[in-house]
This record gives sequence, structure tokens and C-alpha cells, in this order.
Amino acid sequence: MTIDWSWMGDHTDDLTALTISHLQAALTAVLLGVLISLPLAVIAHRIRPLRGLLLGLSNVLFTIPSIAIFVLLLPVSGLTRTTTVIGLTIYTLVVLLRNTVEGLDSVPVKVKEASKAMGTRPLRTLLTVEFPLALPVIMAGVRIATVMSISLVSVATYIGDGGLGQLFTDGFQRNFPTPVIAGVVLTLLLAVVADAALVALQYVLTPWRRRRA
Amino acid sequence: MYELFENLGAWLVSGEQWSGSDGIAHRLTEHLQYSLLATLIAAAIGLPLGLLIGHTGKGAFVAINLASFGRALPTVGLVVLVFLAGGLSMLPVYVALVALAVPAIVTNTYAGMTAVAPEVKDAARGQGMRGHQVLLQVELPLALPLIMTGLRLALIQVVATATIAAYVSFGGLGRYVFDGLAQRDLVQVLGGAVLVAAVAVVLDLALSGLQRFLFRHRTA
Repeated sequence: MTIDWSWMGDHTDDLTALTISHLQAALTAVLLGVLISLPLAVIAHRIRPLRGLLLGLSNVLFTIPSIAIFVLLLPVSGLTRTTTVIGLTIYTLVVLLRNTVEGLDSVPVKVKEASKAMGTRPLRTLLTVEFPLALPVIMAGVRIATVMSISLVSVATYIGDGGLGQLFTDGFQRNFPTPVIAGVVLTLLLAVVADAALVALQYVLTPWRRRRA
Repeated sequence: MYELFENLGAWLVSGEQWSGSDGIAHRLTEHLQYSLLATLIAAAIGLPLGLLIGHTGKGAFVAINLASFGRALPTVGLVVLVFLAGGLSMLPVYVALVALAVPAIVTNTYAGMTAVAPEVKDAARGQGMRGHQVLLQVELPLALPLIMTGLRLALIQVVATATIAAYVSFGGLGRYVFDGLAQRDLVQVLGGAVLVAAVAVVLDLALSGLQRFLFRHRTA
């Protein structure tokens, strides 16, 4: 199996466009996933009876195969980017919700009580004390969700979208390995770069965790 | 929308849909065969690896990075790649499914092993147990719940992904999804998707039931 480098050279524009479209789908899904899971996690953290229900529900959603989720959404949103993003968002929820709840759980009760004793209102405690302290665990979830989404975008190629996944269909139909190799390598690269970027973001967001040398 | 679900219901319960070489019963058997065999192979590779890394503490770096590599690897691309390299056989499908399942099994086994308290291992050694005895009689039983979680996770992912066997012209429940997509027959596509989802959920429930049965003494 040899790589046709001239094909790569001729298709740099296509590869760039597909990579951008791929990243857009994955990142939109993760962003939506974070926006949805944050309030749900607070509810699951504060109201015990709802905790099992919410976590259980997200687990069941995770058991549904990705191709099935995309297909099941077809009657709702058709062969569009929306279907891809909704499907991926559903997938991110299980990781994001579980990690955010665990993160909030990991904040020591004494810290919350200290904040309360200083007269801080619950919402402010949540935003300025609990979330920042839970951030490392939440970010671990965001990293997993991002890498997973980047890999899953290509499944949406079956419903006509799918960023770099289109290279797999193309290579398969023409019995031509080069685009497939390019697609796999670019997907892995995207995942590595996105993961590193999130590590850097976490470093910036948690200055108190940096020890002075 | 309502009509669609009505047709879907009719599709799922019609006797003629269930019989024959293109019937649901046959496709279901194929799907289970692919999924279970792939998970078994993955377990045969992943379990010893995870146990070894957890027991010796060597190669933890590999175990941790294997997890994110496994999550990042696009399965569809892998199937097509092995297919183009090795020709038309079930091999690409099994390679992709095993590659998908091994990281989940290794990382969970490793996590289970590291969660065993060092004092417990020291106590076992203090009683004169040898390395392999500590591994098999102390670490393994204590790590089992997390190992089972890893196997469940792997099996769910494999059942979901076995759909792609149909993409490279093999059977399984993915047949309905891909044939339906090609024929613009939404009812058939949805039928296949619902069946795959149902298989995943039922297998997961079965394994979680088995797990609860195996560990019933813990809750007593």
C-alpha cells in the first residue's frame, strides 16, 4: 500500500477544507455539550433523587450506536450538519455530565461552608468557588469528549456529512488508499492538537495550581 | 412522523421480515457473532496486558495513552484501510472492532489494579504469597468490578460499531442501515438502527446483571 504524494499535493485545499469542517462539527458539539451538561450537573449534584436518573439516562444514550443516533435523527433534521452536531452532542453528554458531577462532588464541604460563612450567596459560591475547584475534573471530561467527537465525526459520512470521513468513502469507492490514510492521520493529528490546546487552556484557567519553583 | 413510526412497528413485527437469509433473525445472529468474537479476542489481548501493567507498574504510560489513542482512531477509516490492504474478508472488520475494544479493556483493567490498596498487597506478601498468587488471589478479585466495567464498555462499543461490517458488504444488522440508506428506505434504516440499539442495551443489562450476580456477596 503506497501513498500517492502527488494526490496529496493536488488536494491540499480539499484536505484543509475538510479538516476545518471536521473540527467545526466536533467543537460545536462539545461546546453545546458543555452548555447543556453544566446546569444538568448542578441539578444532579444538588438534588440527589435526580442524580441517578440523569446519569442513568445519559448512560442509556451512550449505549445507542453512533450510526444509529445519526440515522434516528434523520426524520427530525434530515441529511444535514444539524444531525451530525446533535448526534455528537448526545455522545459528549455522558462523559461531560459524569465528570462535572464528580468534579462538583470533589469540592470539600468545608470550602463551601467557609464561602457560605463569609456571606456569599449560593449562586456566587457555585460560580466563584465550586466551578473553579471542580475545573480539573470537568476539563478531564471535556478532553475525553473532544477527542471522542473528533473521531466520531467521520461516522456521519454515512449520512452525507462527516468532514474527513468523506475521504474514507472516497478511498473505499475508488479502491485508492491515499485519501483514507490522509483522513486517518489528519483525524489523529486533530485529536492530539485539540487535546494539547485543552491542556494549555486548563493551565491558563487554574493559575492557583501552578507551584512556584 | 406518526405514519413513519407505524410503518417501523409493522416492519419490526412482520413475520416475513424475521425469516430467511435476509431476515432479522439471521442478521441478529451474524451481528452477535461478530460482536462476541471480537470482544473475546480483545479480552484475550487486553486482559493479560492490563493485568501485567497493573501488577508490575511498568508501562503505565502505554496504558494511559492507549486510551486516548483508541478514542481518537476513526474506526471507519481503519476498516477501509485494512480492507484496501488485505482484500475482501471479515478480517478488516475484526481488526477494527478489536482495535476499538482493546484500549477500553486495558485501561479499565489497569485502573482496577491500581485501585487495589497497597496495604492489602503488602499484607498478602507478608503472609508469604508469591507474585503470581498476589495477582490471581488478591489483586484480580478486587479489580474485577472495574474490569467488568471495561468489558461492558468494550462490548457496547463493539456492538454499535459492528454495523460497519455491512459497509464492506458483510451481514449483521448494519445491512438494514446501509441498504436502507442506499434505497432511500427510511423505515428499513430506522429498523436496523433500533435493533442495533436494542441489542446494545440488552447485552449491557445482561452483563450488569451477571456482574451483580457474581458480586452479590459484596452487597450482603
